[in-house]
Amino acid sequence: MPKTISEINERIKKGEAVVVTAEEIIDLKEEKGVKKIVEEVDVVTTATFGPMCSSGAYFNIGHTKPKIKIGGGRAYLNDVPVYTGIAAMDIYIGATALPDDDPRNKIHPGEFRYGGGHVIEDLVSGKDVRLVVSAYGTDCYPRRTLETLINIKDINEAVLLNPRNAYQNYNVAVNTSGKTIYTYMGLLHPNMANATYCSSGQLSPLLNDPLYKTIGIGTRIFLGGGIGYVYFWGTQHNPGVPRTDKGVPRCPAGTLAVCGDLKQMNREFLRGVSMYGYGVTLAVGIGVPIPILNEEILEYTLIRDEDIYAPVVDYSEAYPYGKGEVLGEVNYKDLKSGKIVVQGKEIKTSGLSSYAKAREIAGILKDWILKGKFLLTQPVAPFPGHESGYKFRPLVERR
Amino acid sequence: MARIRVVLDFPKWLVEQPVTCRLIRDYDLEVNILKAKVTPREEGRLVIEVSGKKKSLDKGMDYLKDIGIRVTPLAQDINFQEDRCTHCTYCVSLCPVGAFDVDRGIMEVTFDKEKCILCEQCVKICPYKAIRIQF
Repeated sequence: MPKTISEINERIKKGEAVVVTAEEIIDLKEEKGVKKIVEEVDVVTTATFGPMCSSGAYFNIGHTKPKIKIGGGRAYLNDVPVYTGIAAMDIYIGATALPDDDPRNKIHPGEFRYGGGHVIEDLVSGKDVRLVVSAYGTDCYPRRTLETLINIKDINEAVLLNPRNAYQNYNVAVNTSGKTIYTYMGLLHPNMANATYCSSGQLSPLLNDPLYKTIGIGTRIFLGGGIGYVYFWGTQHNPGVPRTDKGVPRCPAGTLAVCGDLKQMNREFLRGVSMYGYGVTLAVGIGVPIPILNEEILEYTLIRDEDIYAPVVDYSEAYPYGKGEVLGEVNYKDLKSGKIVVQGKEIKTSGLSSYAKAREIAGILKDWILKGKFLLTQPVAPFPGHESGYKFRPLVERR
Repeated sequence: MARIRVVLDFPKWLVEQPVTCRLIRDYDLEVNILKAKVTPREEGRLVIEVSGKKKSLDKGMDYLKDIGIRVTPLAQDINFQEDRCTHCTYCVSLCPVGAFDVDRGIMEVTFDKEKCILCEQCVKICPYKAIRIQF
């Protein structure tokens, strides 16, 4: 019998809901079979934790006396420049922002020890952060400069607002050139000596709901240790890519845009990241509950690492020059084993996404639902699906 | 037979002393150089594994200290900060000696100090700065 989200929520409120993680459901299928599970299980929790560059946070600092208009001026948090092109006391800090005096890659490879992602980690850790402002002054906002310590507990709003997170599948990176390269997929040794990947595979939210049947605009989620929401599909959302017969994309596809109250979050699930020779970013922990409304939705959540394929891409040539060439396909079971075989060559693998953290998050979200602290949501609107024709297009340059 | 791994820090005036040669010839020790580096100000740092009879080993280390070399056991020199590690496993395939291992069932990373040769590769590349060298 198909279930509805409100029926599941009633069971959650009564403490009767049956909740398992996307890892546990796989074993449960072996034990009980699909027909039985669809009746018994209400929710499957999915999760991911990894560097997600399209992340950031906005803050309302509160007014000074006399007032200052940060909007249109310049501002820094711990020397990291923030976006000021909004109202007087609102600022946005992006995860990849760097201090003006960071040497970047001038001495290659740069270390990128501190940036926007680290400021966000420091704020959620409860540390004081130095705000420095220079403004142009107006009749209503006469003050021109401000230098003060701020703390997340004292400012008005602090909201994590990430335009693209939780990629549905991702490339496996290798380097076919003769020299070491430093990429957002990490250090890649020459002649395909190592490979890196970045997905939680069988635990990943959008790989457990590959056709966006339950995840959509408005979905309530675990975000950075607190509660957040999917506010839109993410940038570069690309649902029309090649898929397996079970609908699972064979390359990067859908994405989520998410937001949530930063004050509820914690550094266990929001961490500043330094990618040697590349830059800084923020690692974000996300957990998404999938309501088991019918057998079809259940079947999607039974996906295993060995059934999810990722393309192997050369980051010395094919990726930077947008050539679209793929050296082969490998599955996540092999990626997680520590070695893969590409074109007859055995290659050591490393993750960038933490499967251990993803397991932890899926477990926490399960616990929240079991305790009645987290209710499921019906999306307000669906995402563009695989047959919508919606796609990620390259830029056509014009003059 | 005893075996230790030590970090030797040489002041500028000792950089040209053939200490490994003396450890081998005068103290009958086996010396395996794991890493050698002379910094721009010409202090030297040598990471070696030394094996031999316990007594000879002690005498050899005393000789190094006597001539002014700072001797630090290797294991004290590196610090794996578990509260910073997120178990992404990125370091695992980049470590040249396999000092990081993964429990493949739960994908958690562990670090074996005994295997570490202090090459500092992980210190540079760890995205979460979970490995620190203490001087």
